[in-house]
Amino acid sequence: MSNNDDVLLSVRNLKLYFPIEEGVLFKRVTGHIRAVDGVSFDIKRGETLGLVGESGCGKSTTARAIAQLYKPTEGEIVLNGTDLAQANAHDLLRHRKDIQMVFQDPYASLNPRMTVRDIIAEPMQIFVNRGLMQMGAKEIDQRVEELMEKVGLNKYFKNRYPHEFSGGQRQRIGIARALMLNPQLILADEPVSALDVSIQSQILNLLRDLQREFHLTYLFIAHDLAVIKYISDRVAVMYLGVIVEVADSDTLYEEPLHPYTQALLSAIPIPDPEVEGHRNRIILTGDVPSPDQERNGCYFYDRCPKSMPHCQEHVPALKEVKPAHYTACFLYFEPTPENVVRSAPKQEVVNSTSS
Amino acid sequence: MNQKVFSDPILQVRNLQTHFKTDAGVVKAVDGVSFDLRKGETLGIVGESGSGKSVTNLSLMRLIPSPPGRIVGGKVMFHDTDLMKISDSEMRNIRGNKISMIFQDPMTSLNPFLKVSTQLIETIRLHQGLGKRAARAQAVEMLAMVGIAKPEQRIEHYPHQFSGGMRQRVMIAMALSCKPEILIADEPTTALDVTIQAQILEIIKRLADDLGTAVIMITHDLGVVAGMCDNVAVMYAGKIVEKGTAKELFGDPKHPYTKGLIHSVPRLDQDHQERLFSIEGQPPNLIGLPDACPFYPRCNYVMDICKQKYPAPEQLSENRAVNCWLYKEHENKEAGLVEQR
Repeated sequence: MSNNDDVLLSVRNLKLYFPIEEGVLFKRVTGHIRAVDGVSFDIKRGETLGLVGESGCGKSTTARAIAQLYKPTEGEIVLNGTDLAQANAHDLLRHRKDIQMVFQDPYASLNPRMTVRDIIAEPMQIFVNRGLMQMGAKEIDQRVEELMEKVGLNKYFKNRYPHEFSGGQRQRIGIARALMLNPQLILADEPVSALDVSIQSQILNLLRDLQREFHLTYLFIAHDLAVIKYISDRVAVMYLGVIVEVADSDTLYEEPLHPYTQALLSAIPIPDPEVEGHRNRIILTGDVPSPDQERNGCYFYDRCPKSMPHCQEHVPALKEVKPAHYTACFLYFEPTPENVVRSAPKQEVVNSTSS
Repeated sequence: MNQKVFSDPILQVRNLQTHFKTDAGVVKAVDGVSFDLRKGETLGIVGESGSGKSVTNLSLMRLIPSPPGRIVGGKVMFHDTDLMKISDSEMRNIRGNKISMIFQDPMTSLNPFLKVSTQLIETIRLHQGLGKRAARAQAVEMLAMVGIAKPEQRIEHYPHQFSGGMRQRVMIAMALSCKPEILIADEPTTALDVTIQAQILEIIKRLADDLGTAVIMITHDLGVVAGMCDNVAVMYAGKIVEKGTAKELFGDPKHPYTKGLIHSVPRLDQDHQERLFSIEGQPPNLIGLPDACPFYPRCNYVMDICKQKYPAPEQLSENRAVNCWLYKEHENKEAGLVEQR
């Protein structure tokens, strides 16, 4: 991954394990769910990185770990040169202002007992209350009104409650709230998947316009690859807690390298019967395995149509196999020590003839 | 896709109207829907949430909770019987046996307290009057058909031991176990991941072909419709606004709403466009809608007549109809009225 000054956020070897507890009174930890299992990526200033994968692959957990809503088990989250995972409470609060989230469910993410004005103002209100920011009620009001107009809401609705708005309008409220503190990075966790298609395109266009106007950087999470392609500059594909492929969005869709990406892309229906009739669909067998085991082979091995014997013995590292195109798959490189994250304990590399 | 040849319709829905009484007024959830379904056909009903696509299908199964819902008018002819006129017990005979349904949420449509075997065998015995052993054999066979590995063992498991995709397969097995003539699939893959969605759609397609079942596929996903359906009906605010074969409808959408819908979806096979087309505004509130075209406040081609009267369907070809004043000008001039089917 490139190392230049333009990098806003850099995530290194992020791991997040959730303990599995057993017992009623005396809880003991019997295992871990490896929700995120060693994820590294950079986001450049002003770009949109799309994070895509099926449910349970750890994309939301990654976003929450970046926002420090979960404490990472391991790894670094470097924003503007500060490692948030190690920062103390005071530093963290200062940096939190630069990261804001937009959530999936526009019904659950707004407090039904607060007015729109209070919802949008809340992030700033917290900073004012703690004495970290000097702002009068009038100035806050002004900012709320300005943002409401920016996201396409009538400012005269500011004293209404969330239930008086439709799903698309609520999502606009959530976006205005995220913009309140003038953040640098927006973590958008499936912001359009709860919306109808005609509303979805309105919100996608809005997010794009706001990015231009405020020079925002997005980490955009979605399970819909077509949406991701539309909004993203670069795309990272996740499977079972690891990133299996990263490339810029056009390259990824034209030339997917990892077998999982290929299957995922071929599974997306295209709204055109002419095209649909002539597509070769790769149908994967089986379901995503449970992430409660430590894996010593490729995470996709069980479902991969192109698996080879040594895929079971080594975990492939994410390697640059073409310019700016990274993938973690032994179809493109040999399982030599520098290309491997870890290997199965006993067995050494016996043969690597079959690649 | 091959152009299939269809026989006479087995299901004819004519001017179906379902209303819900609420404190705020009467919601016309389904407002004069008509369509035909032929043997072996797959009909897609697309629309956004609240457009009435699910209520349409619940109505023709007579599963509308009443009160507050009421089917206030229309005919549903299944072969030669009007489903709206027969008794409850006759309806129960048809439901599940001749017409069956799969629902969106595979988590809530199976009973978590009963083994899959109990639920499947019960269905088969109830509808086909088979003995226990024969019913069990058929249940195992159905599970194998939908691609569940080791069906003899899996049939003894409880629903929570299956993943979402597997549960949806069990639901499909259950729905098809009586070899129904019509399968209504209400957003069968919305709760599933794309790779699992591809598996499930493949199964529905294959089984419908094998058993000659006609399928009504309700979905909001235009991609699913394009891949699965022979014919498509687009619904908006309780009305079908456009009908046609999938090829014609996607290739040359006529109604401004259909056009907008197709163009507002980002597509995988398109270049990184600069801006998505979007239909401005919100879907209308269904309470107290005037007799105008419900789409006119969001329509780019709105004319005066659109605000006064809802257009009758304009038959463009044998399979193609559109409810829009844009396509009526010449008829208006010629005869002053349009032939209603």
